[in-house]
Amino acid sequence: MGKDKSIAASYARQFAEVEGALPGRGLAWLDALRANAIERFAELDFPTPKLESWKFTNLRPLTREVFAPSPATRNGLGKGDVARWLADDLPCHLMVFVDGHFRADLSELGALPRGARVASLAETLAGDPARLEAHLAGNDAIEGDAPVALNTALMADGAVIALDRGVALEKPVHLLYLATAATKPVAMHLRNLVVAEPGSSATLIETYAAPRGGRYWTNAVTDIVVARDAQIRHFKLQNESVDAFHLAATRARLAKGSGYDSFYASFGARLSRNEIATRLDGEGADCRLSGVYLARGRQHVDNTTVIDHREPGSVSKEHYKGVLDGDAHGVFQGKIIVRPGAQKTDAHQLNKNLLLSKTAQADTKPELEIHADDVKCSHGAAVGELDAEALFYLRSRGLDPAHAQRMLVEAFIGEVIDGIGTPALRSHLGRLVAAWLSEAED
Amino acid sequence: MLEIRNLHVAVDGKEILKGIDLAVGRGEVHALMGPNGSGKSTLAYVLAGREGYEVTKGEVLYQGRNLLDLAPEERAREGVFLGFQYPVEIPGVAAMNFLKAAVNAVRKHRGEDELDAIDFLKLVRDKAKALKMDGELLKRPLNVGFSGGEKKRNEILQMAMIDPRLAVLDETDSGLDIDALKIVAAGVNALRGPERAILLITHYQRLLNYIVPDRVHVLVDGRIVKSGGKKLALEVDDQGYEPFTAGEKAA
Repeated sequence: MGKDKSIAASYARQFAEVEGALPGRGLAWLDALRANAIERFAELDFPTPKLESWKFTNLRPLTREVFAPSPATRNGLGKGDVARWLADDLPCHLMVFVDGHFRADLSELGALPRGARVASLAETLAGDPARLEAHLAGNDAIEGDAPVALNTALMADGAVIALDRGVALEKPVHLLYLATAATKPVAMHLRNLVVAEPGSSATLIETYAAPRGGRYWTNAVTDIVVARDAQIRHFKLQNESVDAFHLAATRARLAKGSGYDSFYASFGARLSRNEIATRLDGEGADCRLSGVYLARGRQHVDNTTVIDHREPGSVSKEHYKGVLDGDAHGVFQGKIIVRPGAQKTDAHQLNKNLLLSKTAQADTKPELEIHADDVKCSHGAAVGELDAEALFYLRSRGLDPAHAQRMLVEAFIGEVIDGIGTPALRSHLGRLVAAWLSEAED
Repeated sequence: MLEIRNLHVAVDGKEILKGIDLAVGRGEVHALMGPNGSGKSTLAYVLAGREGYEVTKGEVLYQGRNLLDLAPEERAREGVFLGFQYPVEIPGVAAMNFLKAAVNAVRKHRGEDELDAIDFLKLVRDKAKALKMDGELLKRPLNVGFSGGEKKRNEILQMAMIDPRLAVLDETDSGLDIDALKIVAAGVNALRGPERAILLITHYQRLLNYIVPDRVHVLVDGRIVKSGGKKLALEVDDQGYEPFTAGEKAA
């Protein structure tokens, strides 16, 4: 423990050094929140595989050194670096963050309908902090593992999206996080907040990318409140540098009759863990989690989800697929909880993994905790290789093995991608998958 | 076109083909008949290059070259086509996309321009029509949910599109009703020509009423026990494989 402990202590010292410059400094509730969080972080320390929920993911590569908070930079990134990450034919309210800080000059927020607000966390803390207090300082805010606590202590920027009752945001909000190659390892503690009041709806897109590669740590926390009959669609693309670390926790609370539909695609990062924890607090809430993760080389990709059915008649559908090549390691942990009284819950989970090499590895752990008796729950998990017969059939028609493999992998992934409701996002993702697959032949 | 010399093939250490000699000349159609388990499909797979078949002796020459040295995709591009007895179902790959990729892979190898979307569609439509195939079928995932007859027609469609030099058709007639059989046979006959060779593998003589072979060979227990003209097929139909099996045992 000695070494890990010293890392935790280093972050505590770092906090003491930078807290005076953090956004919202001087807001009593926020100062207290941050102080509590760093204490909690020091107590918890970085999780190790001894913890059940971290059994398959070892953060050692991340905890070998201290990542300094990323400073705001004025670097040479231009509109061209932005454009390549946007979906064609899909106008968006675009917020660009470079090295963890909002960049108005690269963003294009456009006109928002009345009752919709989209702003950066830093500017909201400066101008309208009261809006945030209830959500950030709630009891739940410091739940979670050490990285979440560290995020709460050090959060510097992110997006705040608020929709008033009944407001339907037609165009998606796209949050584009670009990292530039820093000379020393930096961390971006991003904090996003989405509050959808009753009957409102919006689509949120998050893209994490690094045009020039680099070694850094993205530590993102996104809280989503979906009030009664509201609908949030969430589409996240993780395309970080293959030398980077990406830890993200998304926490969504669903009220009665509301819907949360999440799609996650993971391509990048040396080590990534995408946690999604949803709480179905209201009757008839509908939660969809789907995702694809593609990894090769020495990449480690972890998908950890919790779906907590707390009230009767709610629905959850979860479908994740992984493609692992080289020495990559994929992890899927999916916990479904059905609380006593959450009768008529309808919960289905499926995880499938395709191993493209002898040395790739997949761990899949479905976990069902069911405390109600009148429910429909199912889960399935599989790890397999490409179908040799299918491969031969394609080759026997003249396709070279790489092409045949690409076709079969696209077909495997396609089953999840085809479920994306927005055609422009579906084809955007199709292109990213095709690009990932063609990299193998470089 | 195709010359098989003293071919011995083992699967999992067990010898299945025990010395096959067979020559199919340019422009010829040969039928290979035999009972179940005689090694017919093994021969088809060996010619197409499927893994798991160990050639322990002998050689196969295709247009004068050693066929066994080539990877499956190289054989296909050089003009060898295997019509599968059981076409593989591939969920998620649209039949049309697959067909286009296959046609263009072969065309590229031949130094021909890849077909653009419009020319390709036109060609597919014409060929599918000749086989009385529903165009909608090709929008579906490859062979998934196709009836037995649709799968076989799809094989013949692929053959027509790819335009091979040597077609090996493995029990293309199995599972077809008489109308489908006639259509498939017409598809095969359309491909007959002085530049091509066809090896029909079949259990029954029925197909040979519609595709009349130049030569017929009877395969029993890994060996060709008799070769002859088209009348040999009628002999098989009349007497079954029993007399040939007995002859084999006596020898």
